Amino acid sequence: MNTSTRSTGRTVWVAVRAMILSTLVLGVAYTLLITGVGQLLLPAQANGSLVRDADGRVVGSSLIGQSYLDAEGDPLAGYFQPRPSAAGDGYDAGASSGSNRGPENPELIAAIEERRAQLAEFNGVPEDEVPADALTASGSGLDPHISPDYAAIQVTRVARARGMSAEEVARLVAEHTTGRDLGYLGEPVVNVLQLNQALDERKG
Amino acid sequence: MDWLLAGAALATVALVLAVLHRPLGDYLAWVFTSPGHGRAERGVYRVIGVDPRTEQTWQAYLRGVLAFSLVGVLLLYLLQRGQQWLPYSLGLPAPSEPLSFNTAVSFVTNTNWQSYSPELTLGYTVQLAGLAVQNFVSAAVGIAVAVALVRGFATRRTGTIGNFWVDLVRVLGRVLLPFSVAAALVLLAGGVIQNFAGFQDVTTLAGGAQSLPGGPVASQEAVKLLGTNGGGFFNANSAHPFENPSGWTSLFEVLLMLVIPFSLPRAFGRIVGDARQGYAILAAMGVLFLASTAALTAFELAGAGTAPQLAGGALEGKETRFGIAGTTLFGSVSTLTSTGAVNAMHDSFTALGGMMPMLNMMLGELAPGGVGSGLYGMLVIAVIAVFIAGLLVGRTPEYLGKKIGPREIKLASLYILVTPFLVLAGTALSFALPGVREDVASTSVWNPGAHGMSEVLYAFTSAANNNGSAFAGLTANTPWLNTALGVAMLLGRFVPIVFVLALAGSLAAQDTVPATSGTLPTHRPLFVGLLVGVVVIVTALTYFPVLALGPLAEGL
Repeated sequence: MNTSTRSTGRTVWVAVRAMILSTLVLGVAYTLLITGVGQLLLPAQANGSLVRDADGRVVGSSLIGQSYLDAEGDPLAGYFQPRPSAAGDGYDAGASSGSNRGPENPELIAAIEERRAQLAEFNGVPEDEVPADALTASGSGLDPHISPDYAAIQVTRVARARGMSAEEVARLVAEHTTGRDLGYLGEPVVNVLQLNQALDERKG
Repeated sequence: MDWLLAGAALATVALVLAVLHRPLGDYLAWVFTSPGHGRAERGVYRVIGVDPRTEQTWQAYLRGVLAFSLVGVLLLYLLQRGQQWLPYSLGLPAPSEPLSFNTAVSFVTNTNWQSYSPELTLGYTVQLAGLAVQNFVSAAVGIAVAVALVRGFATRRTGTIGNFWVDLVRVLGRVLLPFSVAAALVLLAGGVIQNFAGFQDVTTLAGGAQSLPGGPVASQEAVKLLGTNGGGFFNANSAHPFENPSGWTSLFEVLLMLVIPFSLPRAFGRIVGDARQGYAILAAMGVLFLASTAALTAFELAGAGTAPQLAGGALEGKETRFGIAGTTLFGSVSTLTSTGAVNAMHDSFTALGGMMPMLNMMLGELAPGGVGSGLYGMLVIAVIAVFIAGLLVGRTPEYLGKKIGPREIKLASLYILVTPFLVLAGTALSFALPGVREDVASTSVWNPGAHGMSEVLYAFTSAANNNGSAFAGLTANTPWLNTALGVAMLLGRFVPIVFVLALAGSLAAQDTVPATSGTLPTHRPLFVGLLVGVVVIVTALTYFPVLALGPLAEGL
């Protein structure tokens, strides 16, 4: 009994020292090493793939979606609109989240019907042309992309609002469309922030 | 077309693993059997005060595992409770006592269940000095226990199963740390962030305000996946673009989750001196893996259910850049291992699609399972399988030259009973206890109807199997769920480990018996089929009724 108590006590003391050493090496030193290497060799990625305007002001990250709304909270016709978002009040980068609504959730069903009607009217297209990604919120609520189909139904509206030709807008969409990684991973996507920035820079 | 893409991604995974598992498995076998100690390792043994030449009995080995894990829980609890005084805490207060308990247990048990939203709750110091450290060491503990069991089969009449501290230090220093450094750099190159910048307020293109998060993410992401941990730096986990920026990083993360679990059977074969035994285990894992991944992909591509049908595809909760096939591969791998990372919200999967991650966990997470836990889980199944085969033909069961007697069978049976008991009891109590029932129904459950029941079932399945993924609509940050899930995680991790180490000790004490004409060969397809059959039958008998109340009721 006495020896087993003593040996348990000794084991705990070894465990304490092992845990402290782990914290210093695997927690602190490892993290600082990766941070140092990242900041030296890959600063653009390590700092969040930031997007700057012509004056060098940061307007966002190419990896994080954002909202394009007017002061009343209505979508701006001159910008390509992103997917619905469940992060905070929408594209709140401090509160990533999906809606977590299940396939039979009545609120999700109602939201999809409402979005479809709204988007069809906003973009002046038939309801059956609104693609699935335009009707559903992403997992992170920060999806920076839309499908090429969703971009396509927005071209006419954006062109009209900006006084550009639809062909010119469609050309910019094509420029900001990326195919699948390595040709087969993921889906073809349009980066909304980079596309909208290209539109702004063209106008200015 | 979708199937072609899904098949191509799966083929890539299979090819990479086919190439890597052999050298890596041999390397792992060397890590656990090489007689020498590196200079740095000898330094570590001096600092922590152990003699690396000591061989431990299973009781001493277990004492090391439990003491180290207990200290881990205490340290992580205290770090959280003192968060307001730590640097780089972003002005965040200490999480509540039940939440701190739940999180401490969760990361020490390799579960990484998160009742909290990380970016709103935890600063950088708790994440890197608390959570990242447990990502390393809890994974190392799992691998160490698996190796101890393998030694039980490999050694003859020693009664000892290795030295826990040596196994721990070697896994950390020779495997997890160097591999994580390499993986973190790849993730960085892919766009995963690594900084201490805090939240950065920007004015968006349309003139709105957005607060971009920072953090040392790549370093934590690498070990989160490599150690089959799964706890996200952000609430959205690997769906967050800063954790998983593109289609190829998602595939890379899938490979990180699989590479160690699928290499350990090779290491097992090497250590027991018969590579074919390792391949039989690997084959059983592979069969279950392929069947389950194909089923999940089929359910999500079919997109059954009112909302997916209405939208024209099951895209709620999924990211555009991964698509459906990239999502189902990740979700399947994450729950077939014990990772629990998600690159989409499983709560919004179709009814039957959402059942698959649950079923993967209910299988016991052994196809290929968590680092270490997958191998020891499958070896326990192998013990059961030779026993059943022995009953069928009326002979004394043996596995790898060791007699499977009453003591071994009792330990293996107890091992198999622990998690189903925790899952079913936890779920039942949540809906049966007066007071708790109302709290769960009104506060915790997010979706109405059968889906709400599935959320609670998923939570206890995830906790007891140390997975950590969730039907994340569930509000688990309540006193009942924090406590009950915390207890389920603790018991679900350490009670099976007690049985595994006791089994290792019992086997190590035996001499080997020579194979005779009556011995069942355990490297043939027949035995692989037996393994798969045992897993499927045990799972189906245990969980079918409760699945019928949740996802089956919703989806059929």
